[in-house]
Amino acid sequence: MGMTLTEKIMASHSGESQVSPGEIINMKLDIVMANELSAVLTFDILENWGVDRIFDPEKVCLIPDHFTPNKDIRSAAISKTVREFAHRHKIKHYYEQGRAGIEHAVIAEKGLVFPGETMIGGDSHTCTSGALGAFATGVGSTDIAAALLTGDVWMRVPPTIKLEYNGKPKDYVHGKDLIIYTLSQLGTSFATYKAIEYTGNSFRYFSIADRLTMSNMSIEGGGKNGIFAVDDITVDFLKRTERYKNAPEDIVMIKPDDDAVYEKHLVFDISDLEPQVAFPYSPDNGHPVSDAENIQIDQVVIGTCTNGWYEDMKLAASVLKGRKIHPNVRAIVIPGSVAVQQRCIREGLAEIFIDAGCVFSTSTCGPCIGGHMGVLGPEEVCVSTTNRNFVGRMGAKTSKSYLANPAIAAASAVAGRIAHPYEL
Amino acid sequence: MDIRGKVFKYGDEVNTDVILPGRWCHLYKPEDLKLHCMEDLDSHFAESVKDGDIIVGGNNFGCGSSREVAPLAIKSCGVSAIIAKSFARIFYRNCINIGLPIFESPEAVDGISNGDEVSIDMAKGEITNNSTGGIFKFVPFPEFMRDILSRGGIRDYVLDKLKETSA
Repeated sequence: MGMTLTEKIMASHSGESQVSPGEIINMKLDIVMANELSAVLTFDILENWGVDRIFDPEKVCLIPDHFTPNKDIRSAAISKTVREFAHRHKIKHYYEQGRAGIEHAVIAEKGLVFPGETMIGGDSHTCTSGALGAFATGVGSTDIAAALLTGDVWMRVPPTIKLEYNGKPKDYVHGKDLIIYTLSQLGTSFATYKAIEYTGNSFRYFSIADRLTMSNMSIEGGGKNGIFAVDDITVDFLKRTERYKNAPEDIVMIKPDDDAVYEKHLVFDISDLEPQVAFPYSPDNGHPVSDAENIQIDQVVIGTCTNGWYEDMKLAASVLKGRKIHPNVRAIVIPGSVAVQQRCIREGLAEIFIDAGCVFSTSTCGPCIGGHMGVLGPEEVCVSTTNRNFVGRMGAKTSKSYLANPAIAAASAVAGRIAHPYEL
Repeated sequence: MDIRGKVFKYGDEVNTDVILPGRWCHLYKPEDLKLHCMEDLDSHFAESVKDGDIIVGGNNFGCGSSREVAPLAIKSCGVSAIIAKSFARIFYRNCINIGLPIFESPEAVDGISNGDEVSIDMAKGEITNNSTGGIFKFVPFPEFMRDILSRGGIRDYVLDKLKETSA
């Protein structure tokens, strides 16, 4: 019997020739990742268990990115604990603040997980790497502790839902719009305990960044993972990774079997789709941007792990070029990684952002989780390219966040209200 | 293991951001976490919850972030169990791993009101609403997870596995 992408990877990492949905397997891991907030609890757990060892220091990645650059003394102490652990255990992939970026961007850019490989991360958006044909899923700190010791993890093989997108997108429609639209149709739990496999001819019109955004937000539909088959667009991205330079043969052109069995197969024609905005307080509360009539805003956040790729920066800059941020609005631009930030500087995007009146920040998760670097005050309204807009997510309990793609966010920053670039 | 307590009932989609807001995610000790549990959903919860109490929620309980400090905050408050119509995947795993009993039972959720007293018989697979007399079944755990829960979390499972591989 044929297998889906997820089943193929799970089989190859559990020593089986075939796996089926429902089976519980022990899955070998190619990389185990944690940020400073999930890692510090993991270390606490390991200490309670009385064990101090790592299965393989080359297969562990630790990145302080959430409350860094350290937002306060407590956060500084946490980063310090993670740094000391990384040094003591000679963790190969420990990336200091200012030298790599946000975990999901760094993992992809450095090629720490390649097609057909497996990873878990102590962050729900670990599913981002599914865009590269890998099995990647988020877990909590105890699962990370267990994986650091054993190098594997128990998994129930999920049934797979195939989501197919066809048609040429209109201008300013991107991966973010596809995923918000999908969530608005299917809800926040349609894929709970399930794998999502994305496919369709629309992806010929999009960049790898659009796929990364969609895989990133697969968890917003409850998905265990959200994966794409590998094609020439994936390969172009992988060729720019550090790993490719040393091991080009590591690229595997993984595809699902023709006779793979899917629990569901849904097809979307996106040719008439408008840019989408997810209204408060859920990513599945999606509306066409034209529904957002005169919604005044106080802040815009462009970037982070969902939309902090170079293509996202370029899209936002194309809207902001020669324009000024509305006097009542603060706009914060956060590239996903230092490499993206450098490219923004090299290619003049940084200047466009700063000339327009944006804060051009170092990579951090800060504002997305109401941590720092752009926390919302009482009653404040934000348009954000991040992934969640739950009550209090980005600051005060009475604040509100609208989720959108970088072009809509940039146009809104200029207009002072939620707007399409055509309205400028 | 028998469970008995007073119910705090909430609706659908109780996400981990309202269980433990991001602004407190640099806390991880039980004594700190319990002060902020459910802060953005029910600001009176932390001060009124008592040892043994039970949280009841609707669909997709625990959706959102993988932050294990969310179920840990609930456990730190002395909550003995969560009953919901369904749970988000990472939250479900985290609860099993830290030994916080969770039960899937849409019927029980519909048959329980805020403030009711409820008891749970793990062996029989039954939830009883002592305030109304209603009895409900819950979806049994797979044997693998029952084993982890009965040992109070995943610790022993992992340490046994380590011994096997190094033996």
